[in-house]
This record gives sequence, C-alpha cells and structure tokens, in this order.
Amino acid sequence: MHALALLAASVTVVGAIMVITRRVAVHAVLYLVVTLLALAAVLVMQGASFAAMLEIIIYAGAIMVLFVFVIMMLNLGQTDSTREKEWLRPRAWLGPGILATIVCAELLYCRRPLSGPAPALAPITAHDVGLSLFGRYVLMVELVSFLLLAGLVSAFYIGRNRMGRH
Amino acid sequence: MTYSAFFTIILTPLVILGLATVLTWVERRLLGLWQDRYGPNRVGPGGMFQAVADGTKILFKQDWIPPFADRGVFILAPAIGMMTVLLSFAVIPVTMGMGIAGDMNVGLLFVLGMMGLGVYAVVLAGWSSNSKYALLGGMRAAAQMISYEVFMGLSLLGVVMMAGSFNLHDIVAAQAGVWFIIPQCLGFGVFMLAGIAQTHRLPFDLPEGENELGAGFHTEYSGMKFGMFFIAEYAGIVLVSSLVTTLYLGGWRGPFLPPAMWFALKTGVMIIFFILLRASLPRPRYDQLMALGWKILLPLSLLNVMATGTILMLRAS
Repeated sequence: MHALALLAASVTVVGAIMVITRRVAVHAVLYLVVTLLALAAVLVMQGASFAAMLEIIIYAGAIMVLFVFVIMMLNLGQTDSTREKEWLRPRAWLGPGILATIVCAELLYCRRPLSGPAPALAPITAHDVGLSLFGRYVLMVELVSFLLLAGLVSAFYIGRNRMGRH
Repeated sequence: MTYSAFFTIILTPLVILGLATVLTWVERRLLGLWQDRYGPNRVGPGGMFQAVADGTKILFKQDWIPPFADRGVFILAPAIGMMTVLLSFAVIPVTMGMGIAGDMNVGLLFVLGMMGLGVYAVVLAGWSSNSKYALLGGMRAAAQMISYEVFMGLSLLGVVMMAGSFNLHDIVAAQAGVWFIIPQCLGFGVFMLAGIAQTHRLPFDLPEGENELGAGFHTEYSGMKFGMFFIAEYAGIVLVSSLVTTLYLGGWRGPFLPPAMWFALKTGVMIIFFILLRASLPRPRYDQLMALGWKILLPLSLLNVMATGTILMLRAS
C-alpha cells in the first residue's frame, strides 16, 4: 500500500512540474488532468473514495474540459510558443525554486514515518460527507452557493444578447 | 486476487470488443431491415463475417498522421476514448457473482467519472488534428457532452435516492419489488437522452455531423485509429444499455431464465432500441440540441429529484 501511495504521489508531483514547464497550453492541461487523477488515486488509498470520484467527475471531467475548450478557441500558434519559451528562462526559476525548496524541506522535516503498519482507515462514505456538509459546514455551503450564483448572473450579463447595441 | 478474478479482468475487454465489432454488422443489417433493403449479406452466413472483413481491412490500411497535427495528442486521443469506455465496464454487475468490481461503494460515480473523461477523446482529437472541421467538431462535442453530463448525473440522483447507495449491486437489490423504470420514468427518459448525447450517437451526433463538418472530430483519422473511435462508440452503446439495464430495468432479475441471460436479453433490447432511434429520427440543429438540454431536460431532472425526495421523506415520516 505504501508503494502504491508513493507511486501515485510521485506521479502527482511529476505531473505538476510538467504542468508549469510545458510550452503548449493543451499539453499543460493534460498533465494537470494526470495530476488530478493521481491525486484521486491517493484519496482512494486514504479511504475517501467518494471525494476521489468527485475529483474525477468535477475537476478532471468538467473543469479541465472547459479549459481545453477555451484554449481551442484562442487559436494559439508559434509566436505564443516562443514567447512562452522566453518567459521560462532559467533566471525566472530562481525565486519560485527557493520558495519551493523551503516548503519541501519543511514537508520532509515533519513527515510521518512511512515504515511500520499503515494506520487502519475508516472509509469516508457519501453519507458522512453529506452530513458534515449540511451539518457542520452548512454556512460555508450557503456562502459558496451565493458565490456560484453571482458568477452565474455575471456570466449571463456578459453573454446576453445585446440587440440594441449593434 | 484469485485466479478467476484475474481471468475475468482479461476476458471482459475481449468480450466487449468482440461484441462492439459484431454490433457494427448487426446495426447495418437492422438498418437495412427497417429501411426495406438488405444491408451487408454477402460475407458468411447472412453477412455475419462482414465485421471480420471490415476489421481486417481497417487493420491493413495505411495509418497516416497528418504532418500538421500535434503528434502525441493525436495518438493519445483514440486511446483515451477506448480506455474510458472499457474501464467503465469494470463496475457493471452482470450477475451477483459475474463482473469485476460490481460491489464498489462508489460504482455509479466511477461510471460517471469515466464518461466525463471520455469527453477528452473527442475534444483532443478535434484539437490535435489542427483542421477546422475537426476543431468545430471537437468544440461541439465539448459543449454537448459537458451539458448532457449534468443532466445525466441529475437524472441518476432519483435512482440513488431510492436505493440509498451508489453501489450498483445495492441498486439492483433495491429493485426486488418493482423496477425503477416505473417510479423513475422521468429520470429514465432524461437518462436515455443524455446517454445518446454522451455516446454522440445519431440523432445527437453533431460532433461528427457529416453534412456540414466532413466527419467532424475524426476527419483526419485513418486506419485503426479511426477504427478505435468507431469501436469505442459501439462499446459506448453497450455501456449505456447495460447501465440502463442495471439502473432502471432490474439488472439480472427476472423469472425462469438464468440471471446472466436476463441481463443479456435486457441489454440487447436496449441496444436494438438505440439502433432503431438512429433508423427513425432526423438530426436536430445544434442550438435545438442545447436548448432541449438546458431548457427542458434540466428542469425536468431537477423536478424529478425534488419529487423523489419529497415522496421518500413523506414515506419515511
């Protein structure tokens, strides 16, 4: 189980690195999908299979497709690729690299011991998730739904048919 | 993992691929029958080996990758289509004991997730081909499949509420008295429409609408890569039919015949219904398709969820 979890976790990390280093936007999105799928695998191994499936359906299956959809409409070409190359010069990596090293060092310092028997995990069912969403976190759920409604209304406003203007 | 489980995992994709290949012939024969002509009837008894002949032909065709295409993604796209469909079959319980992971606690969500990933096959094929017809097909596919995924998920909520589980075994077990097609007839209708749109089959095959887009997202594909899209589409029909069987038609339940037989029978009827739809219905316009989805199916499926919830609450109290 440890080996599987480590494998999935390293796929996540490698995928994330590939996301920021790709020059073609669609390739970056594809690596992001791989990262999300590997993250779902990690979640399944932690017993949260419901959350993992939601991650696949919503993030990998819907939001990322919309990303690809938008990129398809942008019609990116060679000029964008070269500009991207210019942005990814070695010097630009210095600051983020230092910050990432600090975080990684901290993570390694306070890691949980990976040897020994894995702790017994109680599977988190859809029932548990629903109860905590509409019990303990009900205020958050309501706030998020306000936010989504606001987004919906503004999308409608931007996309509405402006008959009088043209 | 036991020996028999391993055997099932090897055997299931082979059976499904074989079934999908045979379906290409069955469809053409049935279309012929309904349109008062013969269809392919020369190769083997009743034209039965037509699928084999087609398969052999397509395997030996030149597999050409256009020089203007994005090579890696171009190759990846048909593989994604095939893989997601085949993976979805892992959670379909044929009978109590038959099937790979029919007892998975989030089985239904797994199928929805795989169907959601299946969108990538069409969208990426459209993008990587770097041709305008393919791109338009891919964009249509993205909008259509994302929209219909929403209604598909919502229409299934009624079934999940009645069974109280995402586990496909439990859902079949909950249909011991009456099949869900009767209390969930609204959800069933929405699910069927969403299923057709999700497998981009006629009459909802606008991503490949050949009268306006050449062949849509797979315009640039040839040889076996095209064959993989083709077979994945038929495997998708089998998948949606077996899902309908499991969720609404009581799965393997039925008198007299053995359970596996009942499952095959119900799935077969659903597949033939899919083909009949193709034979009889014209293709709608693209805006009509989207309007049908967002203005009719979405309110209907929300209504279904609300009504099911209310009835279940009243019954419980």
